[in-house]
Amino acid sequence: MEQVLWFGWFRADIIAEYAVLFWRGLQMTMLVTLICIVQGTALGLAIGMARLAEARHAPAKQLCKFALRWPSTVYVSFFRGTPLFVQILLIHFAVLPLFINPADGLLISGETARNLKQNYGAFLSGVIALTLNAGAYISEIFRAGIQSIDRGQVEASRSLGLSFPRTMFHVVLPQAFRRMLPPLGNNAISLLKDSSLISAIGLAELAYAARTVAGAYSRYWEPYLTISLMYWVLTLGLAYVVKNLEARYGRGDTR
Amino acid sequence: MDEVIRVKGLTKQFGTLEVLRGIDCSIQASEVVCVIGPSGSGKSTFLRCLNGLEDASGGQVLVGGVSVHDPKTDVDALRSEIGMVFQRFNLFPHKTVLENITLAPTKVRGLSAAQAHSRAHELLVKVGLLDKIDAYPNQLSGGQQQRVAIARALAMQPRIMLFDEPTSALDPEMVGEVLAVMQALAEEGMTMVVVTHEMGFARQVADRVLFIDEGLVVEEGTPADLFDRPQEERTRRFLSKVL
Repeated sequence: MEQVLWFGWFRADIIAEYAVLFWRGLQMTMLVTLICIVQGTALGLAIGMARLAEARHAPAKQLCKFALRWPSTVYVSFFRGTPLFVQILLIHFAVLPLFINPADGLLISGETARNLKQNYGAFLSGVIALTLNAGAYISEIFRAGIQSIDRGQVEASRSLGLSFPRTMFHVVLPQAFRRMLPPLGNNAISLLKDSSLISAIGLAELAYAARTVAGAYSRYWEPYLTISLMYWVLTLGLAYVVKNLEARYGRGDTR
Repeated sequence: MDEVIRVKGLTKQFGTLEVLRGIDCSIQASEVVCVIGPSGSGKSTFLRCLNGLEDASGGQVLVGGVSVHDPKTDVDALRSEIGMVFQRFNLFPHKTVLENITLAPTKVRGLSAAQAHSRAHELLVKVGLLDKIDAYPNQLSGGQQQRVAIARALAMQPRIMLFDEPTSALDPEMVGEVLAVMQALAEEGMTMVVVTHEMGFARQVADRVLFIDEGLVVEEGTPADLFDRPQEERTRRFLSKVL
C-alpha cells in the first residue's frame, strides 16, 4: 500500500491497512465491557445485599453474619485491595486451568477443555476477572445507595404489611438506583478502560490490536493514538447514556 | 367490649438506656387512646412496639390475641391489619399519590388495579385530595402529604390505626386539616392509638389518655379526669408546661 501522510507525520495508511483488526478489536472491547457491566451489576447487587443481610432471631441471625456478611466483606476487600492486572493473571494462569484442563479439570477436561482453552481461554478469564472485580466495586455502590435511603421509607413499607423483599424491590431499590446512577456510570467507564488490561493474556481487543500494529511497523503514534480516540468516543457515549437515564429516572425525588 | 391490644410488662432497652420500664395496658375495639408525655419519655417507642417496628426487650404485646414479638408470628400479615402514620409522613417519593395508596393493597391484599384504584379514589375524596391523585409527594404541602399518608394506611382497611406524632412536623396552619381527618376517622369507630402533643385534640377526641413518663404509664383516665383532675404530681407538672 502507498504511504499516506496526514499533517506530514501521521501514517494513515497503516490504520487503513489494519482497519479490520481495529474493528474486530473494537467489537471485542464493547462485547467484554457489556457482558461485564451486566454480570458485574447482578453480582454487585447480590454481594451488596449480602453485606447488609441482617436478621432478628437466633438461627438466621448467625447465618447472616457468618455465611453472608463475613464472606462478602472478605470478597470485596480482596478484589478492591489487589491490582486488577494481577487478578487477571491469577485467574488466567492459575484458577482457570484448575477447572478447565485437558488432563484433570475439575469442571471440564479432555478434548473439549483443550478446544475451549485454545479458542476462548483469554476471553473466559478476562470476562471472569473483570466481572469479579466490577462486582466488588458495584456492591459498594449498591450498599451505599441502599443505606442512603431514609429508614422511614422501609418502616412505612413494612408497616403496610409489605415483606422485606417487596420493600426492597418496590420502595428501596428504585430510589437507591436513581442515586446510584452517577457512580454506576463512572464504574462502567472504568470497566471499559480496564478491559484493555486483558490484552496482556492475549485477548484480541482494542489494545491488543494496537500492540500488533505497533509491532509490525515499529510505529507507535498511529496505533495508540487511534485506539485512544476510539476509547474516548466510547466513554463519551457511555457518559451520554448515563446522563439520559438520570434525567429519565429523576422524577419525584425530593432529596 | 372486645380487647384488640393487650400490653403486658413491656420493656425496651437501647444498650444500657431503659426506654420502657414495664408498660401494661389494654385497648378496646373502637377506642381512641391518646398517649402524651414529655419528649424522650418512651411514648413513640411504645407505639412502635405495638406493630413490631421495635423489638421488645421483655414483656408481651398481643394484637387480636397474636403475640407481636413471637418469632413464629407472621409479622407482615399482622402489620397489614395495623395502619401506621408517621411524624415525617414517609410517602414514597418515586411514586404518585395514587401509586403510594395502591401499592400495598395490590401486592399484599391481591386487589386488582381497578379495585385498588377505586378504593384510592374513595379515600382521596375522604381526605379531600382527589385533585392530587397524579401528583408526586414533593408537589404537596406537609398537611397534604400527611393526609395522603393516612389514606395510604386506610387503603389496607386496618382494624387499628397508630399515629406517631402526626402533626409535629407540620406548619401550624396545616395541623387543623390533619386533625379533622383523624377526628372523622375516630367518629367512624376506628380503633386509634395516637401519640400527640395536641392537647386540644386529645381532650376533644380521646376516650382515654395515657400519660407516659420515664418509660412508665404514670397516669391514665378520661380526658376530663386527666386534664382537669390529675392525681400525680408528675402529670400536673407536665400539664402546667404544655397547657
